[in-house]
Order: sequence, then structure tokens, then C-alpha cells
Amino acid sequence: MSADSNQTPAKQTSAKQTLAVWKFSSCDGCQLSLLDCEDELLALADRLRIAYFLEATSAVAEGPYDISIVEGSITTPHDAERIREVRRQSRTLITIGACATAGGIQALRNFGDVAEFTSIVYASPDFISTLSTSTPISAHVPVDFELNGCPINKVQLLEVIGAHLAGRRPRVRGHSVCVECKRRGTVCVMVAHGTPCLGPVTHAGCGAICPAYDRGCYGCFGPMESPNTAALSARMAELGSEEIDLVRVYRTFNAGSAAFREASEAHEHEPAGGAPA
Amino acid sequence: MSADGGTQGGETRIIRTDYLARVEGEGAMYVRLDGRTVEDVKLRIYEPPRFFEAFLRGRAFTEAPDLTARICGICPVAYQMSAVRAMEDACGVTIDEGPLRDLRRLLYCGEWIESHSLHVYMLHAPDFLGYPGAVEMARDHAGIVEQGLQMKKAGNALMAVVGGREVHPINVRVGGFYKAPTRVQLRTLLEPLERARETALATVGWAAELPFPEVERTPELLALSDPDPGSYPIDRGRIRSDAGLDIAPGEFDEHVVEEHVEHSNALHARLRERGSYLTGPLARYGLSHAQLRPLAREAAGEAGLGPLCTNPFQSIVVRAVELVQASDEALALIEAYEEPDAPAVEVTPRRAVGHGATEAPRGLLYHRYEIDEDGTILDARIVPPTSQNQLAIEEDLRAVVERDLDLPDEQLSLRCEQAIRNHDPCISCATHFLELTVERG
Repeated sequence: MSADSNQTPAKQTSAKQTLAVWKFSSCDGCQLSLLDCEDELLALADRLRIAYFLEATSAVAEGPYDISIVEGSITTPHDAERIREVRRQSRTLITIGACATAGGIQALRNFGDVAEFTSIVYASPDFISTLSTSTPISAHVPVDFELNGCPINKVQLLEVIGAHLAGRRPRVRGHSVCVECKRRGTVCVMVAHGTPCLGPVTHAGCGAICPAYDRGCYGCFGPMESPNTAALSARMAELGSEEIDLVRVYRTFNAGSAAFREASEAHEHEPAGGAPA
Repeated sequence: MSADGGTQGGETRIIRTDYLARVEGEGAMYVRLDGRTVEDVKLRIYEPPRFFEAFLRGRAFTEAPDLTARICGICPVAYQMSAVRAMEDACGVTIDEGPLRDLRRLLYCGEWIESHSLHVYMLHAPDFLGYPGAVEMARDHAGIVEQGLQMKKAGNALMAVVGGREVHPINVRVGGFYKAPTRVQLRTLLEPLERARETALATVGWAAELPFPEVERTPELLALSDPDPGSYPIDRGRIRSDAGLDIAPGEFDEHVVEEHVEHSNALHARLRERGSYLTGPLARYGLSHAQLRPLAREAAGEAGLGPLCTNPFQSIVVRAVELVQASDEALALIEAYEEPDAPAVEVTPRRAVGHGATEAPRGLLYHRYEIDEDGTILDARIVPPTSQNQLAIEEDLRAVVERDLDLPDEQLSLRCEQAIRNHDPCISCATHFLELTVERG
């Protein structure tokens, strides 16, 4: 990246970078975070040219695009093709949210039988075209930057876009939620109250909201850079978590991430989806 | 969009819009005309299935609010509220009064403000003023877009204080909350909410002046009805319709059937007795106009809205009235707030079935769970508002196409898209890729 943040104003207006926002299998919450930037949205639209963002505008410009922001996971054969086309059209591709970076909550199918899942939800399963797995974007195409979170933090999203425009690396740290609790001055819910908490193995970025609201972190930002899930699981077991609790706690929105998948499988001793003891 | 040639009157015309913009999610619409007869209308939903009802089986009853929130990033509170009500119903717990119920309503008001501001200003208004989106609209109407964004921000601020964050709040649990906000925390919201209320009042007047196609539609209206005559339906009550339906949420299953049709990955809901129906702002307003707060009812009256709004294009005015309602109610709840003794009541699982119905911004959201004695979910059923509204939306489309047959293809396409957006479909609750095709044979 050689873009220079100190370009002349003339250059900025004549060569605005183009932004495209793409949706795959998801809840829309992460792209909504962009529209939730109420104070920055219009300024951002001044600085970038929104070339493709269907949730916000029906105006569509042809690619290629300077920055593509991708929400959602790949769950259909059609989408597996579509993401390749998006990649071909994009100079920089940034994935946002747990679906795009880890497969999302819908990756719970990866642990079960999709044919059975389909028959539970739909009366005529023959009409449904779906893959047996939900996979992150990086399983299909090269990704330039991944922003974690279910949902993402909109301040981090602005940082990623701003850093791209300035031609520098985004300041998004890979440490754990614990660091954010310390900075916020929150008393540790696990040490002080014995509340099971995924904070020690979870990627920072949310601002450590849950412990500030007297609950344990539930891991919605996915694994931090060097998670020691075995040590945490052992401690949670001492605090009273049973094996099924340990499976469930790792098996949510980032169940498809390597670290959380392995941590959940380490405690699974029954068939997937089996009845509790 | 492209218009593939042709003229009216017998020749084949195909109008095609590859994407419906400014809806939450993506899907397709198909209209087939034979001469001047509308042969077929389909709202096609390509949502890749996410199998929530399936993977909820085997999970703990306490996990339902956080897991089901992820069905929709626009209305996560609705999912959380229907889930906790259903679980509490199963466990024999009722939170129908006191500060915990007030906090739930308050949080829900935040979601209504956020979601309705988004729809009124960013998704729907551009249709009436002729812009592809709010960003383009802001070049000529900066003040209008800016005030919409600020109102949206007030709703989000409310969700962040009570819920912990705007999208997928973390503070909701079966039995109440993890932590109750303090009076001081809530009072920081008074000023932005007062401004939001002012903006909402101005929005009603502004929206009422927009150019509306004259379309009259009278689908069966279905919504919750709050037992308190001074309370607009949000979080509790019986399910009523203007054709005489009057049932407890626990009877929903007996009256509403869902069908799986080939053109949609969202199930089509219909009333067993009479077929299609409409849920959402038009239904709530039509059934509970008398229960609006006086400020909201007066604003509606001044804008020329009667107690029933039969033009779906005027749903933007009704949403604005509900913005007055939600901001005025939020202010009243904050003024009266007393911190609860405990942030949640104890909820002990038992083997049972529970039902929960609340009013998402887009309409009735129904959850039913069967749980085991240890709280493990055995079965789940979730019926989002958009799957209930699909048939009514298709009927609106038919009415609009029949009325506006003589419009040029491109304008007819835009009119159809607008007719879909009238109901703020949350296609991420249900859809993937919306393709609009009008075929004339």
C-alpha cells in the first residue's frame, strides 16, 4: 500500500477510493455498524466513493473496487463462486464479523448433520440448496484484513477504513479481553465472583462490556492471538462448569475458529447434539 | 436495473432489477403479466438457511436470548425479548410489572427508535424524494438526513446504556438483566431523547407531506394488544386481529400455519382460518390507535391520519408516529425509574413448553420452546414478522401493478420496490438475494 494521507485536496477529490460492501450469510448487524456511525457516515461518504452498498443505496458502480468490506460466511455453492468474483474485483478485501472470519453461528452445522437440520426447519428440504458447512471468507480467497466481533465494534471499523486510507496498518491489537478489563478498571468477575469468563482467551475489541455488566465474557470476538484454552477450561471446571457447559461456551458465534473448535471438541464425549447426561 | 425493450399491449415486456436495495438482506421479486392481467406475483427469498431452530436443540434455555439475537442485527432486542418471555413462560415466571419490565420496555423503545429512524430516513425516504440512498439524498437535504441520523443515534445510545451495546446487546437474560442501570446513567439519556422526540414530531409532519400513490389495501391486521388501555403494544399481551382473532400467544401455533414454498427459503405464514395477514406498524396502529400516548395520537391526527391507515405507502408516517410514541415513552420510563432490588429474578427450569410474542419494529415475533427439566432445549419454533408478511406483501405488489400497469417499465419497477419497502422487510431474518423481474406476456 502506498497511498499517502497527505495528498493534495485536488488529488483527493479527483481520485476518491471506491468502497464496496458485500453480504453473504449473516444477520446484517456488522454492515449496520457502518450505518451506525451516525457522526462519521456523511464525512466518510465524502472521503470515499460508496460504489456498492445495497443496504444503503440502489446506486451501483462497476468494479473494480479499491476496498471491499465483506460480511457473512459461505454456505451455498453460489456464494462460493460469488466470493471469488468479489475478490477478483477488489484491490483490498477486508472481512468484518464472526461470520466472515470464522463461519459465524451458522457454523454450528459443521458439528451436526445438515440433512437432519434441514428437515427440522423446512417441511420440503428438497427446495433448499446449501453446503454442509459454513466457512469463513479466508477459506475461499485471500483476505487482506480480518476484523473480529459478533458484532464488530464500529470504532474499530472506522480505524480499519481510516488506516487503509492513510496507508498504514490498522491499530487492532490481538491481546485478550482481560487487558481491556484492566484498562477499564473492572474487577475480574472470575477471580472476585467465580463467574466463568472467556475473557482470557478472547480477542479484545468490544471494550470488555460483559464483565462491566457483571457477566462473564462469552467470546463473541473469537480467539485472541495466543489463547490458552486448556488452562482456562481447567479453571472453569474447578469453578463448577461441567463438560457440556465447556462444549457450549466455546461453541457459539466463533465455533468454527480453530482454537474454539478444538477447545469444544476436547470436552465432547457424546455424539454431536446428543442429549445431556 | 435494465429494461429489456418492448412496449405495452400484448408484446412481451420483461423488466428486471437485479437487486432490491435498501432492505435488510437480499431477495427477489417476480411479476408476470399476460396482457393486462397480473398472472403471478412472487416475493422470492434466497436466504441461505442458517438452521437456528435446529441447532438450538441441545442448548441451555439460558442461551436462547444471545443465540437468537444473531438472527437479526437490526432487531436483536426483539429476538431476545421473545426468547426470554417464552423461557419464563415455560418456567412459570411472569415479569409483567415493576422496574425489570420497565427496563425491558425501555430497551425495546431504543430498538424501535434505532430501527424506525434507519428505515424512515435511510431506507424509505429516498423512494419518495427520488434518490438512490440517504448519502445521495444528503447532498440536497443534509439537514433532514442529519436529523434522522441523530435520532437514530439516540436510540442506539439508549440500547448501549441499558443493553451494553447497540447491536446484539449483552445485558439481557432469562429473568431480567445481568446488571440494572443506575438512575444517574439513565438520566444521561434524557437530553438526547428529548431532542429525538422533537425530531420525531417534526418527522410526522414532514412525512405526511410526501407524495403518496393512492393505493388502498385492507389486509387482516394482526398485532399484540396490551391489557393496559394506556399502553401501546410492545412486550406483552394477547394476539388480536381486526377480523376477530383474539388468542393468547400460546395458541399461536393452532392458528398460524407455515408453508414451505419452492420460491422462498423463508416459510410463508398464514392464518388457518383466513389466509394472509399483515403485522407491523400499520397493524399495531390500526388495532391500538387508542392506546398511543396522547402526544403520538395528536401528532397522527394533525398529520391527517385517521385511526386506521389503509395506504401502505403511508407506513412511513405511521413509523414516524411510533417514533414519537417510543421516544415519549422512553422519557416517561426514565423519569419514573426506580432501581430494582435485584437485576433479575430466579428462573428454575422444568419440563415444559413456553411461548413468547413481542412486537419487533417490523411486527409480531413469536418464539416457542420445549425444554427439559434441566433446561435443555428440546424443540424450538421461531416465526419472524417478515415471513408472516410475505403473502400480504405479494398482495400489495399485485394491487400496485394492477393500478400502475401503464407506467413505463422502469417506473413500475421502482414503484414495486417501494411497495416492498413499505413493510420494511427484514430479509436477513429471511432472505438472501432479491431479484426483481416483471414479465409481461
